[in-house]
Amino acid sequence: MKTSHEFTRPIGRLQIDRASVAECRSLASEISKPIEELARTQTTVSIERACLRFAGVDGVEGEGVEAVPIPNRVVDEVKETIGLERGVMIPFFHAVEQTGDVQRAAESIAAHELAPSWPAGDDYERAVAAATRAGESSVATIAAANDNRGRAIDRVGEASKPWLYLIVATGNIHEDIPQAQAAARAGADVIAVIRSTGQSLLDYVPYGATTDGFAGTFATQENFRLMRAALDEVGEELGRYIRLTNYASGLCMPEIAAMAAMERLDMMLNDCMYGIIFRDINMQRTFIDQHFSRMVHSLAGIVINTGEDNYLTTADAVAGAHSVLASQFLNERLALSAGLPEEQQGLGHAFEIDPDVPNQVALEIAHAQLIRECFPNAPLKYMPPTKHMTGNIFRGFLTDGMFNLVGALTGQDIILLGMMTEGIHTPFLSDRDLAIENANYVFGGSIALAGELRFEPDGDVERRANQVLEETRQMLAKVADIGMFAAIEAGMFADTVRTRTGGKGLSGVVVRSEDYVNPVTDLLSERLGVN
Amino acid sequence: MTAIKPYGDATDDGLIQASFTLPIAESERARQAALEFARKMDLGRPQVVHMKAMGPDFTFFIVYGATQHSVDPDELEVPEREFPVLSYQEVNRVLRESLKRQLVVVGACTGTDAHTVGLDAILSMKGFAGDHGLEYFPEMRVLNLGSQVEPADIVETVRANGADAVLVSQVVTQRDAHLVHLKEVRDSLVDAGLRNGLILVGGGPRFSAEQAAELGYDKIFGRGTRPSEVASYLAYAATTRALNAG
Repeated sequence: MKTSHEFTRPIGRLQIDRASVAECRSLASEISKPIEELARTQTTVSIERACLRFAGVDGVEGEGVEAVPIPNRVVDEVKETIGLERGVMIPFFHAVEQTGDVQRAAESIAAHELAPSWPAGDDYERAVAAATRAGESSVATIAAANDNRGRAIDRVGEASKPWLYLIVATGNIHEDIPQAQAAARAGADVIAVIRSTGQSLLDYVPYGATTDGFAGTFATQENFRLMRAALDEVGEELGRYIRLTNYASGLCMPEIAAMAAMERLDMMLNDCMYGIIFRDINMQRTFIDQHFSRMVHSLAGIVINTGEDNYLTTADAVAGAHSVLASQFLNERLALSAGLPEEQQGLGHAFEIDPDVPNQVALEIAHAQLIRECFPNAPLKYMPPTKHMTGNIFRGFLTDGMFNLVGALTGQDIILLGMMTEGIHTPFLSDRDLAIENANYVFGGSIALAGELRFEPDGDVERRANQVLEETRQMLAKVADIGMFAAIEAGMFADTVRTRTGGKGLSGVVVRSEDYVNPVTDLLSERLGVN
Repeated sequence: MTAIKPYGDATDDGLIQASFTLPIAESERARQAALEFARKMDLGRPQVVHMKAMGPDFTFFIVYGATQHSVDPDELEVPEREFPVLSYQEVNRVLRESLKRQLVVVGACTGTDAHTVGLDAILSMKGFAGDHGLEYFPEMRVLNLGSQVEPADIVETVRANGADAVLVSQVVTQRDAHLVHLKEVRDSLVDAGLRNGLILVGGGPRFSAEQAAELGYDKIFGRGTRPSEVASYLAYAATTRALNAG
């Protein structure tokens, strides 16, 4: 957005217990170790499919809603015939050597014309060499996303912070495009296309341009391409680069990350635990998939958005404030261990305290400033009120203004704009326009305060921040004590019990054998310094 | 009582406000279009107090005008709530005395809807708006099946647990998917021969109570419903059903 003052992240304004912050980080590190081990020793059907997509495997078998993506067909065939323990890359590139062409090899396997096999001798060496070349080209494709984004920003200009983030969700990509362009013209810097309800539980990625989503639009590679082109076009017109966001979550997290890199998306919702807790996706599947997807995001220069706001839509936002911070420390650790730097960690939180709670705004400032202090290098993503938005749109507009004010005072980088009609209907054109007017007024009128604001030592705000920090430390210590898997099984996150072998997608998790080969993950790890 | 009109700052001035968007570029013609539109809504002496371009093709208006219409509230047919709202203790007592066992309640979000916020608000221990959810009532046994539940799974759970009531929640919807999904559950229960003798309840922010008959449900709850209302209704329905059964 345009403001008269440079955006600042106010740091060092609260005297918080720095030793406690360091302890939270070290506890998060300890908690994450078994998850990192899991990601090192196992793969999933979606990771293998993502690698095929990078290699250029495309298309679907069948038509309409029944259509099965060719990457799914190939991985399923390999899994059923020779097993997936050694990965899909070697049998697939052996097939490529036999047929002479990537897409022909994939379609032949899908059509049962060519049975996948594990090559030996010279055939094996040739398959490894071809797979390695494909891996190198995949990594180059991912890195090119970052370079191309940089060039596009140099050409059209960078949006100044905070970035105003707006959602479109018509279900029809051809309706989404004019709405997204209208939102950018009105002042949005980031456009998120909400996915169709239920896509997270599909174990395949729908294909082509789609017009039939429920409360959102299917994430498909073609939809990504169409929206990216539309935002590039409107960015040229406006003289600022418009960022595109989608969701690398659910059962196809790695593949959607791959598609995002290939189509130069800029931000992806990507939380280490959201799928487990809120979508009942198997915890092993989620932890392995998020590691791979974060490596891809890292190299592609994609900013992830984590989903801590969800903890506050189910729990009380005062009593549950520490669960947000605890999750942020875990998301930070698991991002770093996948080579994703702090500068690409859009840690999420939300303005969800009941406006009737005394001192609500002061409490929100304490929470937002505490998070700002704990993560000085992260482009924080601040989510607007949803839970306490009543049908009173006039009060809702004011609450959204207070949310914007707290965002301005505490230097939040990415502001998801609140809608005064939240919970009533999908936003009208005028709802979005009014939301941008609200944000422009509040940020324009108060952004300089972020650089000047100081808090009373040991005052209400500082004491509340330290209380939340202490509760966070205690929660992380408890989790570290029993271990992450046991903690989730005990319902320590969002009061939701999930078991290690429960939930959706476990059948797609495969323990890697000693002769597992995957040049994409190897080269990505090497490039990012991930071991 | 006599007919009444909206009250702005004087009796019977009939003043109301409206805001809307027209698909036309901002211009004097656009303002005249908004005024004419207000007149066609039977607003007398309309004023456009705010006009703002939203991009090149749309204009947003805030309009005031005086309605000529009036309403006599006494002539309206208002559906009375057929059940009393009971306290926590009363719900438990009514269930204990009428059933002499726990009321078995199955809850689910069906179809593509993954949003359990409404279902959880009604069912979970924590509840909503200061009311505890149904899980909190010792005289109820609650089976919360969560999101994206297939109608067949609801039927199976009802059968396996001898459920007395089914609560179906739909939050996110598009093109009336919420109505379709509710009907699917009802049809599955009918096909399985379980509909009679079952208290079938639907709920979600897009529903209104009048839709119950059309959907083949015993009761539909809309936006802002509290767990205590649902608990009271279940107690009432369980009692009347027990009476019907003799």
